[in-house]
Amino acid sequence: MANGTVSLECPPDLKRVPLVANERKFAWITQAVAEIVEGKTPKWWWLLFLPCSAIALFGLICIGYQISNGVGVWGENHPNGWAWDITNFVFWIGIGHAGTLISAILFLTRQKWRTSINRASEAMTLFAVMCAAIFPGIHVGRVWMAWFLAPVPNANAIWPNFRSPLLWDVFAVSTYFTVSVLFWYVGLVPDLATLRDRAKSRVAQFLYGIFALGWRGSNRHWRHYEMAYLILAGLSTPLVLSVHSIVSFDFATSIMPGWHTTIFPPYFVAGAIFGGFAMVLTILLPARIVYPKLDDMITRQHVDKMAKIILLTGSIVGYAYLMELFIAWYGANPYERAAFWNRAFGWYGWSYWVMMFCNVIAPQIFWVKSFRTNYIVVFIVCQFVNIGMWFERFVIIVTSLAQDFLPSSWGRYSASWVEIWTFIGTFGIFLSLFLLFMRFLPMIAISEVKIVVPEADPHHHPAPKPAPLPPAGELPGAAPQPAS
Amino acid sequence: MPAEFRKVYGLGAEFDSAADILHAAEKIRDSGFKRWDVHTPFPVHGMDQAMGLGKSWLSAPVLVGGTAGFITAALLTMIPSFGLYPIIVHGKPYNFFTTPAFFPIFFELTVLFAAFSAVFAILVMNRLPQWYHPVFNWERFKRVTDDGFFVVVEARDPKFNEAKTREFLESIGGKHVTLIHD
Repeated sequence: MANGTVSLECPPDLKRVPLVANERKFAWITQAVAEIVEGKTPKWWWLLFLPCSAIALFGLICIGYQISNGVGVWGENHPNGWAWDITNFVFWIGIGHAGTLISAILFLTRQKWRTSINRASEAMTLFAVMCAAIFPGIHVGRVWMAWFLAPVPNANAIWPNFRSPLLWDVFAVSTYFTVSVLFWYVGLVPDLATLRDRAKSRVAQFLYGIFALGWRGSNRHWRHYEMAYLILAGLSTPLVLSVHSIVSFDFATSIMPGWHTTIFPPYFVAGAIFGGFAMVLTILLPARIVYPKLDDMITRQHVDKMAKIILLTGSIVGYAYLMELFIAWYGANPYERAAFWNRAFGWYGWSYWVMMFCNVIAPQIFWVKSFRTNYIVVFIVCQFVNIGMWFERFVIIVTSLAQDFLPSSWGRYSASWVEIWTFIGTFGIFLSLFLLFMRFLPMIAISEVKIVVPEADPHHHPAPKPAPLPPAGELPGAAPQPAS
Repeated sequence: MPAEFRKVYGLGAEFDSAADILHAAEKIRDSGFKRWDVHTPFPVHGMDQAMGLGKSWLSAPVLVGGTAGFITAALLTMIPSFGLYPIIVHGKPYNFFTTPAFFPIFFELTVLFAAFSAVFAILVMNRLPQWYHPVFNWERFKRVTDDGFFVVVEARDPKFNEAKTREFLESIGGKHVTLIHD
């Protein structure tokens, strides 16, 4: 301004922070993501994969032991017919929800920052739903009769009860998994083509080539592709809201005190997104450390936004906890009141306070921006949330069943080693699958991240490089500068 | 087979940026070419209009699929529950007015069938999978999934003339204009 020119530059504090930092070019993005898959398998990968797969294997052995001996090897017994099994089921299926929220709801609401985290989150969804699906299958006891869940007449020509929320659950979870796989694969096709075109070995060329379906970036294809992507996002949005609503119907349509409430569907959905984002961050924050190039795509801004979603959904969950207490009192049903009194101060009261602290109190520090952008703080809070969301399901299921209507039918519950190791085993399965995903598939949606780079906008005109100043005396209308 | 004996598929030209290829596409559209395509690493905003393409009609098969899913769910739940094997639970009603209890299944199967039809529709409408295509014979074309922006005008186009089209593509800023063989 000093020399009379007007600056058209936006003031620095009003500028939008770019989604891809350091003005990266398209080729840099391709390289940064593809080299993770193409490079030699790093040592740390084996150091993580071997123990994870060993734990997964031991979990599978526990499942085999349970199947061959019966559900009696678990700690569940009357009146606690559901305990860790359904807790784990709801825990894992809830985690899946963040992936679909990122891939579908944030797409429909034009949240462009989703592009760098959607692929990994969707993969996380698939693996979490796989872990979830194990539990309803094995908790029925006679696994070989699991096909009774299918909508076909069973061995006695009896059809399943289509009015049962447990059957709705079968439809909801299997639809959710299938649609998530379709959405994920559709998103992967252009990136598989990238890996195909870069592949050096014949095997990689062949395999990526097969799954890339001969994608050639044709605009006549992109036109239908974008419409399909939009439609799949539009279908997944109500789907993800329906899945945890239907899971909550398993409880809400029963008459157990503490379960029979109408607040369950929205409260479960908010909790699912809350827990899912914590798991997304649990996975992505370490991934940024081992692959520093990802820093430019998964920036502090992304972590900040995810922390805000955790704060929002955590507060919704906290509101739901308080509203449950209020309605238990206000509804004046003595069993309901007793159930909530026992939740907080009964046999398992400690688990209620663990849940309260982890889910409601801990995320409140995300009101402060410096905590939201501090990776260590975010990671620690996410671990609290992971623990808290597991305890939420434990509290709902076990405290209601252990101490229901009549004290004469109360019964304590504790988990057996088989149950505990089956649950730990699912973490092994989840992490092993995720590590394999990181190794063989692009963990960031390459073609989608390119869209949010300024050069991708056809109306973008790169700022002209300032021309070298002519010698002072030749500037038109400018007085010669005094020599210094 | 040596290149000169193979059938000519078309002429390919490379452009530097999304902006360049968008303007080039507008010029190709305006000069009346019909059988040509733009290949980009990501969908370029506004390219459908620049190529003179309308809105994708992929939503039509999805509507059909979703409706089929809804009808399937209605038949699947109602025929057994009202006809083949009515299940009476806790003495609760089991007549037609209990239909709302099937809504979750109606919804899930509608979504499931709609999603499958969306995926099958892109495969059919885009004629994928198509693992061989003449454009893959062009060495430079590999960059289409990285940072290359390409236009390919097919020899089948009535306006195609090897020399004139080459000159035209160069005049609108195309680089590395290459003859692509089948």
